[in-house]
Amino acid sequence: MPRVVVSGNEAVAFAVKLARVQVVAAYPITPQTTIVEKIAELVEKGELKARFINVESEHSAMAACIGAAAGGARTFTATSSQGLLYMSEMVFWAGGARLPIVMAVVNRSIAPPWSIWCDHNDAFAVRDAGWIQFWAESAQEAMDMVIQAYRVAEDEGVLLPAMVNLDGFYLSHAYEPVEVPEQQTVDRFLPEKTPAPYRIDVDKPMSYGTIANPDYYMEFRWKMQRAMDEAARVIREVDEEWGRLTGRSWGGLLEAYRCDDADVGIVLIGSWAGDAKEAVDRLRSRGVRAGVVRLRVTRPFPARELRDAVEGMSAVAVVDRSLSPGLPSVLAAEVKSALFNAKRRPVVRSFIAGLGGRDVSPKDFERIVECSLKEGPEEVTWIGLRGVTPW
Amino acid sequence: MVTVKQLPREEYWLPGHAACPGCPASLGLRMLGKALEGRFVLVVPAGCTTVIQGMYPKTPSRVPLLNIAFAASAAAATGLRAALELRGIDVPVVVWAGDGGTVDIGLQALSGAAERNEDILYICYDNEAYQNTGIQRSGATPPGAWTTTTPLGKRERRKVAPLIVAAHRVPYVATASIAYPLDFVEKVRKAVSKRGFKYIHLHAPCPTGWRFPPSETVEIGRLAVETGAWVLYEIEDGVLRLTGRSASLLDPARRKPLEEYLKRQGRFAHLFRPENEQLLELLKMDIQENWEAIRSALERGGRIL
Ligand code: SF4
Repeated sequence: MPRVVVSGNEAVAFAVKLARVQVVAAYPITPQTTIVEKIAELVEKGELKARFINVESEHSAMAACIGAAAGGARTFTATSSQGLLYMSEMVFWAGGARLPIVMAVVNRSIAPPWSIWCDHNDAFAVRDAGWIQFWAESAQEAMDMVIQAYRVAEDEGVLLPAMVNLDGFYLSHAYEPVEVPEQQTVDRFLPEKTPAPYRIDVDKPMSYGTIANPDYYMEFRWKMQRAMDEAARVIREVDEEWGRLTGRSWGGLLEAYRCDDADVGIVLIGSWAGDAKEAVDRLRSRGVRAGVVRLRVTRPFPARELRDAVEGMSAVAVVDRSLSPGLPSVLAAEVKSALFNAKRRPVVRSFIAGLGGRDVSPKDFERIVECSLKEGPEEVTWIGLRGVTPW
Repeated sequence: MVTVKQLPREEYWLPGHAACPGCPASLGLRMLGKALEGRFVLVVPAGCTTVIQGMYPKTPSRVPLLNIAFAASAAAATGLRAALELRGIDVPVVVWAGDGGTVDIGLQALSGAAERNEDILYICYDNEAYQNTGIQRSGATPPGAWTTTTPLGKRERRKVAPLIVAAHRVPYVATASIAYPLDFVEKVRKAVSKRGFKYIHLHAPCPTGWRFPPSETVEIGRLAVETGAWVLYEIEDGVLRLTGRSASLLDPARRKPLEEYLKRQGRFAHLFRPENEQLLELLKMDIQENWEAIRSALERGGRIL
């Protein structure tokens, strides 16, 4: 397996090539742009036999992917931030139409004020679109995840689009050593796209996306939910199989780091899990038994796995890189709802940090853990607000 | 020249659909099906046709039909075309969009696809307002026309979509009318014989929104052409020529008086009150300048740019 030093964006582009994607439609937006630049280059050089459509907007990028997927092609696009919001109507369309499109979302905060730095509010804005939502921690995982995502999305019991999230700049532009799997390995894992039962066929005409009256609409939605349930199983299996083939299994729906005997766990998504793990190591050297639960997917939400992972902990610190003004913490609300019926429920503390690319260090995570172990009000704590110290 | 006898007897847009009586869109779809003998794929954004096709699990369409969000049809058709090409399937991909979905919300995607010269046929059935939503004005509504959002008559001129598309230098642009089905059929067939982006703007008088009896759809369409309010032409490789009935109407003296067309429609009734004279003038000017643009193109040997 060749090892290369690449950015997260390049890792994603290589994954697209290895997955033998057939149609790519994309519009450039920072910090996603180098993904599509790299893909355009691969197509131009003939290394990837795909049609690359330079569309005039993200809305059209997703629309073109929808048309291509409905026509039976394996499709890919990438976007970020405002682009994802602009595309969002079509994102919902793809979910409702059950088209197994894979999209990389290079997470970036939303304006105003303009910001090109990372947080997770872009992906959460389309949380309920019927897409599987993956979150990568490293460039390597982003690459593996894109390949895995196609297997999951195209699984007959699933047939849902999948979004691979990678933190803007932290993952998209940072260079890391990445092991590139052999093409044969990927071919074995991800065979040529089998046509979905409903792809457009001139000899078997059907209408797609017609009006459904109240006698039918709800069943379409119910089937999406069932497909999500099925996706949870498939994600686990696919990750195990990938592990057997490449030696890299990422934990299925979530990764539990040093959680077995932990009193306190940090729950989060994305690249800063690395900083959290470092904090946990340092805390353990001081006798604090801490662990990290990194969710690899938020849709389907791994409620059962999360309950198992935090069982026995007295406190859990959910650290959100997003804000739902008025709630205010998206991930913590979901974690709380997942744990609500657990027999032995840890206290859930909620932290908001790193919005708009604000730096969060392992030291901050150490403080988050320490804060979670103390008695205190159940409010959300903001980390790193300038001039405001919560401790 | 195609004759009615040469068209297939087969129907590709089945009866029993949900259009209003006298609907021009369903007439057009019927002709389109016959023109291409059922071998094509339709892409349909939000609009009357979304409703005409009725509800899941039934459909009057005997060709595959992909419904798509309002602004997305040209882009979705692009992707679909790419997928079919990969599978080695060579059938036309046809967008069937209303004027709102074309000149307003869908214009960006249309322009993108035209610029890329995608191998699709885009047909705009122009019923000159958002009829399905309840008769609101669109960028294609003629000046003076009553709609529910221009209760005193539209005060702006209309976008000339065929010329906007032609400015992208695509291989084929044409106007047509549901009142001249054979002209339309010929244009559809010519369009699909060419590679690249093709655009047909189909005039579609709508009894519901234009306020005329449903039995008169074809007659109103014919009057639009005979009075010069609608012009039939095609632009092949950038060269314009008048077609069919319009070919002899460059000279205004040969056209029927515009009033014959306007007075048949409730949406223009207010134009004949003295206080609305200016609006009527605006409408006449809009039509006149359209002809002037055509005339000056013809004087340049048909070149539009
Ligand atoms: S509103 Fe007009 S175009 Fe729409 S379905 Fe009715 S008659 Fe046809």
